[in-house]
Amino acid sequence: MFCDVCKSKEATVFLTQIVEGKMQKVNLCEVCSKEKGVNDPTGFALADLLLGLGAAQEIEKNPVGIRCPVCGFSQADFKKTGRLGCSACYDAFAEGLSGMLKNMHRGSVHTGKVPAKLRISLLRNKELSTLQSNLQKAVLAEHFEEAAAIRDKIRQLEEEVRAAEESLRENILEVNRLSLPSAAPEELTLPKPRKKS
Amino acid sequence: MKLSRIIANTGEWLSGSGPHDQIVVSSRVRLARNLKGKPFPGWAKKAERVSVLEEIRTAVEQLPEMEESFSEKLEDLSALEKQVLVERHLISREHAAKGAGSAVVMNTAQTLSFMINEEDHLRMQAIRAGLQLDEVYAMINQTDSELEDALDFAFHGDLGYLTACPTNVGTGMRASAMMHLPGLVMSEQVNKIINSVNKIGLAVRGLHGEGTEAMGNLFQVSNQTTLGETEEEIIGRLNKVIYQILEHEQNARQILLQQRAETLLDQIGRAYGILCHAHSITSKEALNLLSFIKMGVDLGLFPSKNRLHVDELFIETQPAHLQKGLQVTKLGAEERDSLRAALIRAKLKQMPEPEIGKIPTNGNSGSSSTTSTDTPITSEES
Repeated sequence: MFCDVCKSKEATVFLTQIVEGKMQKVNLCEVCSKEKGVNDPTGFALADLLLGLGAAQEIEKNPVGIRCPVCGFSQADFKKTGRLGCSACYDAFAEGLSGMLKNMHRGSVHTGKVPAKLRISLLRNKELSTLQSNLQKAVLAEHFEEAAAIRDKIRQLEEEVRAAEESLRENILEVNRLSLPSAAPEELTLPKPRKKS
Repeated sequence: MKLSRIIANTGEWLSGSGPHDQIVVSSRVRLARNLKGKPFPGWAKKAERVSVLEEIRTAVEQLPEMEESFSEKLEDLSALEKQVLVERHLISREHAAKGAGSAVVMNTAQTLSFMINEEDHLRMQAIRAGLQLDEVYAMINQTDSELEDALDFAFHGDLGYLTACPTNVGTGMRASAMMHLPGLVMSEQVNKIINSVNKIGLAVRGLHGEGTEAMGNLFQVSNQTTLGETEEEIIGRLNKVIYQILEHEQNARQILLQQRAETLLDQIGRAYGILCHAHSITSKEALNLLSFIKMGVDLGLFPSKNRLHVDELFIETQPAHLQKGLQVTKLGAEERDSLRAALIRAKLKQMPEPEIGKIPTNGNSGSSSTTSTDTPITSEES
C-alpha cells in the first residue's frame, strides 16, 4: 500500500481518527508522516489531509487573520471544520482555496449547469465587456461615429441588465413575503405549515 | 400526509424495476444548493436557519411534482422515524442528527427527497431502481430548474454552485449507483476494483456512504469530483465504469459457477439453512447471508417471484425498520436479533429450497442445462 500523500513510498503509518462520529483513515509513509506532524497530536488534523491533502497549509498562505467580510468566518474555523461559512468565503479565501480546489477536482472552472436567470446576465456581462473594449478601440482610432453607436448600445444593454435584475429582486421579495421575517426571535415557535388541500 | 403511510409502502427504488436491476440495485443523483447571501447551515444562527428553512420548504412544497408529499421538521420526527428514513436512503445519517432548523420533504413514491439545512441549505435527490443515472439526473435537474425561479441559489461565475464543503463546489452533484457484487467479493477481486476505480476520481463506498462498512456485498459507486466537468460528462464517466463493474461481476459469477460451483452452492445452501432456522441474528449477518440468497435468485436457484421478498428483507431487517410497526419505544440489540430472525424465517417459509439441479456442478451430474440467468452457463462436463 502506498502513502496517501506522496503516493510513491510504502505506507508504514496507519492513522484512524474519529471526527464527529465519522471514521477517517489515512495511510502515510514515514517521511510524509513527519512532515505532516503526525507525531505531534495537537498540531495534526486528519481532515486537513483528507481535504485535498495539505489544504490547511495552502490556506495558510493567506495573510494571517483573514476573515470573511460577510460572515466573519476565519481560516482557523475552516481548518477546524473543513467547511466554509458562507458563499462569500469563496472570494475571501480565494487565494488559498484555488490550489486546494485544483488538487481536489478535475478542473478549476465550472463548465456545467448555470441557473437560467444568471445565464442571461452572465451572457450580457460578457457582451458588455466586448462592447467596452470595442468602444475603446474606436475612440483610439478616432472613429467617433462608430464609438457613439457602441456607446448607445452599451447604455441599452446596461438598462436591460438592470431591468432583468430588478424583476429578479421582485421575485425574491415575493418569496420572502411568503417566508417568515428573518428577524424572528431565537425561541420563536413556528406555526404549522399550511396543509395543502 | 403521515410518515407512517409513506413508510408502509416500499419505495419505488426497491419494489420497482430498471435496467440491470439484478446487480445495480438503485441509481441516485443528489444536488447541493445554497441560498445567495445566507450563511451555510453549519455557521448560521438558529434564527437564520429557521428562515432559510421556511423559504426553501415553501418553494419545495409548491413544486408540481410534490403535490402528494410528506414534509416535516426534523425536531418533530422521532429518532426511530429518522432512522427509518436513513435506512431507506431518503435522508443522510448527518441529516438525521440535526434538530431544530432542519426539515425533510419527499414525494409519496419516495423517488424525490429534499433535505433542508443538512450541510448545505438544500440537498435534493432522485432515486430509482436499476441502472438509470441519466433518467434520474433528468428528474432532479428538472426539479432544480423549477426551484430556480423561486429561490436565488449561490452561484459563482468560475466556481459554479457554491457549497459549504469545497469538495462539492461546481455542479454540487453526487451521482451514485448501489451495486450488489457477491461474485467479485467471493472471487476476491473487489479490492482490486475499488482501488482502480478510486484512481480515476470515482469512489466506492459501503452501504450507507462515506466511512461505512460494505455489508451484504453492497457497494456504492459515485463521482468524487464536482468541478471542471459538466453534469453529463460526470455521469457519462460514471456510467462507463458501472458497466465495466457490472461485466466483471457477471464474469466472476460465471467463473465461480464453472470452477467453484460446489463452494457457491455450499454458501447459498448454508445461507438458506441458517436464515430458515436461526432464532437470533444480527443485521450484519443477516445482510451477508441474504446477499447469497439474492445471488441464488439471480442464478435461478429460487423462483424469481420471490425476488421482491428477498430484496425487501434487505431493508426490513435493518434495526429501525424492524421496530417501526411496534408500539415499544426501543428494543435492545438482543430483542432485535430474535425479532429479525423471526421475520426472516416467516418470509423464507414462502420460498422453496434451492434447486441445486439447476446448476451444473463438478461432482454432481448437472441435469438441467437451462437456467434462467441472463448469461449462458457452459458445463465443464460437456
